[in-house]
Amino acid sequence: MLSPEPDTQSDAQSDTRSDTRSDTQTETRSGAQSGGSEPPAITVSGLTKVFRVADERGRRSQFTAVSDVSFTVPAGGSLGLVGESGSGKTTTARMLVGLEAPTAGRVEVLGHDRSRPARGAAERRRRARELQIVFQDPYTSLDPSQTVRVAIDEVLRTHSGLEGTARAARLAELLDQVGFDERQASARPRELSGGQRQRVAIARALAADPRVLILDEAVSALDVSIQAQILNLLVDIRAATGIAYLLISHDLAVVRHLCDSVVVLRRGQVVESGDCGAVLDAPADEYTRVLRASVPVPGWRPNRSAA
Amino acid sequence: MLRLRDVDVALNVEGRMRPVLIGLNLDLAEGEALGLVGESGSGKSMTVRTITRLLPQGARVGGSVEFDGRDVLAMRPAELRAFRGSDVGVVFQDPRAAINPTHRIGEFLGEALTVNRGVGKAEAARRAAELLASVGIDDAERRLRQYPHELSGGMLQRVMIASVLAAEPRLILADEPTTALDVTIQAEVVGILDRLRRERAMGMVFITHDLDLALAVCDRVAVMYAGSVVEVRSARDLHETARHPYTIGLLGSRPSIEERAERLAAIPGRPVSAFEAGTGCAFASRCAFARDVCRSVRPRLETFQDGLVRCHRVEEIHEHAVA
Repeated sequence: MLSPEPDTQSDAQSDTRSDTRSDTQTETRSGAQSGGSEPPAITVSGLTKVFRVADERGRRSQFTAVSDVSFTVPAGGSLGLVGESGSGKTTTARMLVGLEAPTAGRVEVLGHDRSRPARGAAERRRRARELQIVFQDPYTSLDPSQTVRVAIDEVLRTHSGLEGTARAARLAELLDQVGFDERQASARPRELSGGQRQRVAIARALAADPRVLILDEAVSALDVSIQAQILNLLVDIRAATGIAYLLISHDLAVVRHLCDSVVVLRRGQVVESGDCGAVLDAPADEYTRVLRASVPVPGWRPNRSAA
Repeated sequence: MLRLRDVDVALNVEGRMRPVLIGLNLDLAEGEALGLVGESGSGKSMTVRTITRLLPQGARVGGSVEFDGRDVLAMRPAELRAFRGSDVGVVFQDPRAAINPTHRIGEFLGEALTVNRGVGKAEAARRAAELLASVGIDDAERRLRQYPHELSGGMLQRVMIASVLAAEPRLILADEPTTALDVTIQAEVVGILDRLRRERAMGMVFITHDLDLALAVCDRVAVMYAGSVVEVRSARDLHETARHPYTIGLLGSRPSIEERAERLAAIPGRPVSAFEAGTGCAFASRCAFARDVCRSVRPRLETFQDGLVRCHRVEEIHEHAVA
């Protein structure tokens, strides 16, 4: 349905709709949690990032990568942030983990403000225990000289507060959770496949025992059969630990598989949000509809009149 | 039009010959679109490089590759140049790596026309604008004056397709042509490829890791594993008619956008490459149905229920599934 009204009106419409949906979402979620007293995993409000850019002639201008983005990941919930190139999903992730300072807006993780850099080592450690991130490329995020076991134990040593046999037991548990046997645990990154490296990255993130895990295109580069294994692993981990996920992805099928709710971004703005199944089955926004209709599914045919 | 028989290819990796294709068979009819689907190391891209004889130095090739009854592997340099220039066109995954960044789009397309079709300069300019229009780029005047870096990935892939069309080939080899593109752009580019190949009755080998995309664009799909084809089926109903355990596993591995499954029927282990495959079935190490014979004897690609399947136990497995 293409709205004949000016953009502002249709935006307002989809905003209203998304508000209703996220309210329902939050209620169901907090109802499922113990008493609903736990703060949301992530609360993002009015998040904005403006970059100053210069063109080839040196003329300065401003580029708004993320504009007034708000969403909530409930405690133990799972939210997908979807969009194509230039949607602002990567910039949003970078602001969430403190790699980029917001121009405006607020980020809270487990009720703690993250809009400012951490002050001191204690706060940095606390933040690491609250939230971890797994990136798309496991090749660059692992130390080539460390074995799998050492790489995971390093995080346990820094963040778990466990010592001796307790730490060894936790290490064994993590290795088992991500499916590494004794021999594989002694391997170095170059001896591992892409899927195995991604499992090391996930185990390292989990070693800090975070309440929230950001998965930034974490399964996108994997072969289909390996991707399925990692998706099953992520579902199992959430069921076992109650960890919350923020999944950043361009793959709507992966988002549907892992997430309860979804936020659709386009050119830095939220165009639609709500229950994942509801949004994907009946998109209210025109762009979400195009995005959904572009995914090849059984029976899908390319648009031969495409110009 | 295209026929590959018992093709073996081995590459020289640090002095040792490493197989990448093993006993590969493929057939493509005039005007047909065939999807080649597989995971990393399955040999999809090597198949394209074998057909166009663009293999790295020191590669050893056995078997036969025939185009219109001509033996591609025996072609001499002049004949091979003509074959590459006007019979086949290749669309690669990354147009930025395939298009000279220092030439304007007009020069790039003009070169394809003057070199391969022998047309004059003025005529080439007119034809270049026509080609851009045929791939859905309408402000041709401006685009022809632009450099590759001024175009988006989707636009550049359209230019790449236009340059392939310039030679009016009878066969297009598209190697993951939309993998680097956003999904909405992918839908447009795939739509353009599909329309053009039908209008011009060109054959197409469409390589992708995305089974559903191949099913949408192709008449038939060949699933590759460890350097061989393990199953060939009509694209129309592969979801229902897949019989090879690997094909069925691939179908179960992808999450659905239409409904949420509790768990995915993941295939255990990781994809193996041709050089790691033993004497038996290459998929045996990951297959729930594997028996001793699967681990010791390599199955042949044989007809089964309107398709081709490389599996010793396909009949038993199918009877079991139906029962």
